[in-house]
Amino acid sequence: MRTITYRDALREAIREEMLRDERVFIMGEDIAGYGGTYAVTRGLYEEFGEKRVRDTPLAEEVITGVAIGAALGGLRPIMELMTINFSLLASDLLVNSAAKMRYMFGGQPAVPFVVRMPSGGGAQRAAQHSQLFETWYAHVPGLKVVMPATPYDVKGMLKSAVRDPDPVLFIEHELLYNVKGEMPDEEDEYTVPLDRGEVKRPGRDITIITFSRMLHLSLQAAEDLAKEGIEAEVIDLRSIRPIDIDLLVDSVKKTNRVVIAEEGWKYYGTGQGLAALIYENAFDYMDAPIQHVTGADVPMPYSKVLERAALPKKSDIVNAAKAIVPAALVRK
Amino acid sequence: MAISNATLAGLTRTELLEMHYKMALIRRFEEKSAEEYTRGRIGGFMHLYIGQEAVGVGSITALRPDDKVLCSYREHGHALAKGMDPGAVMAELFGKVTGCSKGKGGSMHMWSNELGLYGGNAIVAAQLPIAAGVAFAAKYQGQDTVIACYFGDGAVDEGAFHESLNLASVWKLPVVYVCENNQYSMGMAVGKAWAVDSLLPRAEAYNMPGDQVEGMDAIAVYESMKQAVERARNNEGPTLLEIKTYRFRGHSMTDPAYYRTREEEQQWRTTRDPIGIFEKKLLDNGLATQSEFNDNDARAIQVSEDAAEFAENSPDPSLDELYTDVMVDNSTALTYRYERK
Repeated sequence: MRTITYRDALREAIREEMLRDERVFIMGEDIAGYGGTYAVTRGLYEEFGEKRVRDTPLAEEVITGVAIGAALGGLRPIMELMTINFSLLASDLLVNSAAKMRYMFGGQPAVPFVVRMPSGGGAQRAAQHSQLFETWYAHVPGLKVVMPATPYDVKGMLKSAVRDPDPVLFIEHELLYNVKGEMPDEEDEYTVPLDRGEVKRPGRDITIITFSRMLHLSLQAAEDLAKEGIEAEVIDLRSIRPIDIDLLVDSVKKTNRVVIAEEGWKYYGTGQGLAALIYENAFDYMDAPIQHVTGADVPMPYSKVLERAALPKKSDIVNAAKAIVPAALVRK
Repeated sequence: MAISNATLAGLTRTELLEMHYKMALIRRFEEKSAEEYTRGRIGGFMHLYIGQEAVGVGSITALRPDDKVLCSYREHGHALAKGMDPGAVMAELFGKVTGCSKGKGGSMHMWSNELGLYGGNAIVAAQLPIAAGVAFAAKYQGQDTVIACYFGDGAVDEGAFHESLNLASVWKLPVVYVCENNQYSMGMAVGKAWAVDSLLPRAEAYNMPGDQVEGMDAIAVYESMKQAVERARNNEGPTLLEIKTYRFRGHSMTDPAYYRTREEEQQWRTTRDPIGIFEKKLLDNGLATQSEFNDNDARAIQVSEDAAEFAENSPDPSLDELYTDVMVDNSTALTYRYERK
């Protein structure tokens, strides 16, 4: 075992896939000479050269089109969008082309490519640089949307994404790049599936469903709850589309209570979609209404004080859990 | 008059007659499509290619079979010119499972891996960035295939046009961008939409060769396209062609064309019909006879009739098809997992 950062785990995945498969190349804004805005691709240009590590103009539409076209032409592109906030400029090709080509052309083309992009708030980057948007893309049939939260998962899932035959939106989080985690040794090859969540902490009293950076706050909240005699099960979705509904239902059957914790906006989003699915599939097992912890329903403010107030906190998760675990269940 | 074995623009008599047949086929096929649309057998949007036959046929004649073609939603003609079975095109219009996209795409979404027809696109200009990617893949893998990307004058107004031409030029991609300037983006006259009256300055702006071509003359289209294709194949980068043409029908089947006069349409139809111009050229050069043209036309009519009959007699897709093809592995599609497991 060794410990590396989320950033280094991403770089290892890219590098290993490029070594494994000549068809894999990476492109994006400032990924070569600059080494990537978040330094994920640093060193790859020096190792693989201009053919396979390609800087692009600031033109999200054609970057995405090239990824789609290159996939049609037999390659395995990994494109980087500097942030998910810029993905709206690429979203037409993602939603209207990549997601639909296989279906509307009767199953003939495959469009295997990966869009890597950081998301999220918390670094005082203000309203246009602090968003998530996974919920917008996860709404669309034909796309896969994943949001791994740990170095182990991010490496294993990126390798799976590169090998996947469909378009995968691989959403990272700006505040996770420096997070460290335990990893198998470099020579021990592994992948993590794109369609399975994982119980990151088992518990019997309540299920906390979360993903991306909120996983880490949820695990901390679970520690706090344990001190008060409440054993929370923490489920990391990892994949937003497809969603591992069986894992959620199995947990709800055991705990009968759910908190959904996400960083994004509340209304019409990922959490509300999950809540609807849980009510549809496990209503008879529910002993309390689902609690929903989210970011504030506002554009992200710049001010440190206001930004902190806009983001969901560990205490929000703790309070949400305590609100639906009756005192009789709490084991002192 | 004796039939000459001479060539025209390097094309043999056989090749020229094949071009004639393909233009006749597109004309008759589209007339048949219009008829079937009116009878309610074809639904949705349908954009006819009548009037523009010389563009698709002249340019695709300059391609190799393994070259790739990407199109807009006005792509029946390109599909036929690239060699698609007319029955598969018509069946797609009818929404039948025997259609080239299994009835899931319709008029605007035709595809064939075998023929290298990489799709009709119903988002204006979407094919331009995608074509750059297909061209990039060819170059990356050391293949000498060329990508032909067709679009209308309206696509020039989209940002994707500019992003794509710039990148194709910077990366020297083997793509030919073929603008079929049929004078109207739906109903908007090109003169009202473009800040310049020609695409040549745009080609210059992106540092690539450009050519303005008389699009009612299939030979002129062929010759210009041939040069562009050779440049691309020799790794000399992209070309922008502006092919000036005119669609004889409305933008789509439901367009009464209030934005132009009937006199203008009549003028084009009677004096600048691309099939008539092509026939005259072959006759003037002693390369074909009127009876050969008549035979081609009769065959085109029959093939179009047969295509409609094939489409009519083909089965609808089974309802199971609703959930196939969402993902390569359908077990990873959301609906499949919850509602069908």
